[in-house]
Amino acid sequence: MSASAEATVLITHEVGLHARPSVKFTKLAKTFSAEIEVALAANGPWFDAKSIVKVMAAKAPKGTMLHIRAKGDGAGEAVGALVELVRRDFDEGADHVRTA
Amino acid sequence: MSGPLKLTGISASAGYAEGPLFYLEPVAARYARKATAADETAALEAAIGVAAARLAGLMETTNEEAAGILEFQVAMLEDDALTGPAFAAIDAGQPADMAWRQALDAEIAGYETSDQDYFRARAADMRDIRDQVLRALTEDGEVVAPAGAIFYGEDIAPTRFLETDWSSGGGIALKAGSAASHVAMLARSRGVPMVVGLGASPAHLAGIALLDAEHGGIVLSPSKAEIEAFRRSSSSFAARRDQAETYLARPAATKAGTAVRVQVNIADPSDVDGIDISTCDGVGLMRTEFLFGKTLPDEETQYLAYRKVLEWAGDKPVTIRTVDAGGDKPVPGFTVEEGNPFLGLRGIRLSLARLEVFRVQIRALLRAAMYGNLKVMFPMIAVMDEYQRATALFAEEQAGLSARGVASKMPPLGIMVEVPSVAIAPEAFSAIAFFSIGSNDLTQYVMAAARDNASVAHLNSVRHPAVLRLIASVAAFGQANKIPVSLCGDAGGDPASIPALLEAGLRDLSVVPAQLAMAKAAIADVSV
Repeated sequence: MSASAEATVLITHEVGLHARPSVKFTKLAKTFSAEIEVALAANGPWFDAKSIVKVMAAKAPKGTMLHIRAKGDGAGEAVGALVELVRRDFDEGADHVRTA
Repeated sequence: MSGPLKLTGISASAGYAEGPLFYLEPVAARYARKATAADETAALEAAIGVAAARLAGLMETTNEEAAGILEFQVAMLEDDALTGPAFAAIDAGQPADMAWRQALDAEIAGYETSDQDYFRARAADMRDIRDQVLRALTEDGEVVAPAGAIFYGEDIAPTRFLETDWSSGGGIALKAGSAASHVAMLARSRGVPMVVGLGASPAHLAGIALLDAEHGGIVLSPSKAEIEAFRRSSSSFAARRDQAETYLARPAATKAGTAVRVQVNIADPSDVDGIDISTCDGVGLMRTEFLFGKTLPDEETQYLAYRKVLEWAGDKPVTIRTVDAGGDKPVPGFTVEEGNPFLGLRGIRLSLARLEVFRVQIRALLRAAMYGNLKVMFPMIAVMDEYQRATALFAEEQAGLSARGVASKMPPLGIMVEVPSVAIAPEAFSAIAFFSIGSNDLTQYVMAAARDNASVAHLNSVRHPAVLRLIASVAAFGQANKIPVSLCGDAGGDPASIPALLEAGLRDLSVVPAQLAMAKAAIADVSV
């Protein structure tokens, strides 16, 4: 039986899971061999977490609960690492905020 | 060519540029069809490779912000989910260029129809990706623009911006475009003047152009006097900007040390993304007309939009104006056609006539009030009865929400001062929470000069003694009765009008974000 894992995390990044955050997210997802998917609701629709086209298509704005699930080798580590990335605000802090 | 041609748009990056107009042309070169599907596949693979390599090369010469944008494009190009449909179409017998264009256009359409500003702005990135690969396929080189040129067209690709040498000036003037685009972000951080939303031009434009990206406009075939005036504004802008930057981070105060609150006017929730909240005293005016586009917005859409701005502002006040449709802002399915719309069913008059629409907005506001320091104001109030009817609706809707167990909070309710009846006899409104002077409308009604009519523009001055006297009288009434008075019209951010407004007794101004620093600098120069 292969491993599986699932978690939810709140997106706090100012513009949501878009452009730069989604580049980081999919890059990290691709480092795992497990099959990983994301969704905006527990009952889907689920999107391939390794495809930036699909992740962008999820259109997850700030304040969304992101559902992440993985199946296969290292599923638990994959979900943990991705949750951590979202929690750290994609390591962007306030550097995307410009002054007027 | 006939006289000067003037187009107005929206400033996406403030500044001035004078130079030859340079057309941004769509990809036009012909693609030579290959003999077999395998050759077509190889051609597309090679073109994608060329485009990715070009992006990687560009990344090495740019800063971190630009690299982030390019990295997004590279990640897209490397994604099978993007390229897969194109290769499938080639297998089905299509030539590579058509297959690629159709696959990307389908993806672009998904972005263009998004209801989120930020997401919609990504369509420009997708078009950039599409065109780079098409150029590689057709070996169509881009025409190099002359130094200091003003790029003109529908939209401009981020890569085009990054490949351009802006050191000798130049600017961007777009018929469409968006202030939320990647190019607009880059233009602001590099100080490249940019105007969007100029609309379709009535004539073919060519020659030297004057781009005023402080106010949002462009002039073609300018007269000698226009060029001279433009150069004066341009050099004064540069001086004001350098000086103003030093004021941005500090609270505003006059030369005499009198504190002045400076808030910002916004029109869309995404406007706040670029503003550091510590540089302003809150939101003095959040318009809500943007929500009322093609369709009337539902409660949830409005609630989320209001909540986003309230959460951004933290404990600083956010004053949201209930929908001010009508006048020069028609909304299909909501406003009515009238012979004299500025004097007709607009603002609160329309809301009170269309209660089913107004009640939705009221519920969204009451719910959003839980998430910050909300104030709500009504536009176009002429008599106290309108205010009383509007506040009664707020009370009714709050009771309804409580009955259903929905959390809500009653915000302070104030009014816009723009109809002269209010400014002349403010004593009828001694029971309201606050006044906010809408100087644009107040001026046009006092001077009987329509805002959208260029031939009477010379009459539309907030500094006419009649307008200033009314402003001073409202300020004095507010002070005597402990009712806060602010001003949120364009005059609040105009350095030439600020001294007169402060002398009239105002101590609370709300300005567009791009004018924040300049307004603070102008305030520091006043001696009241």
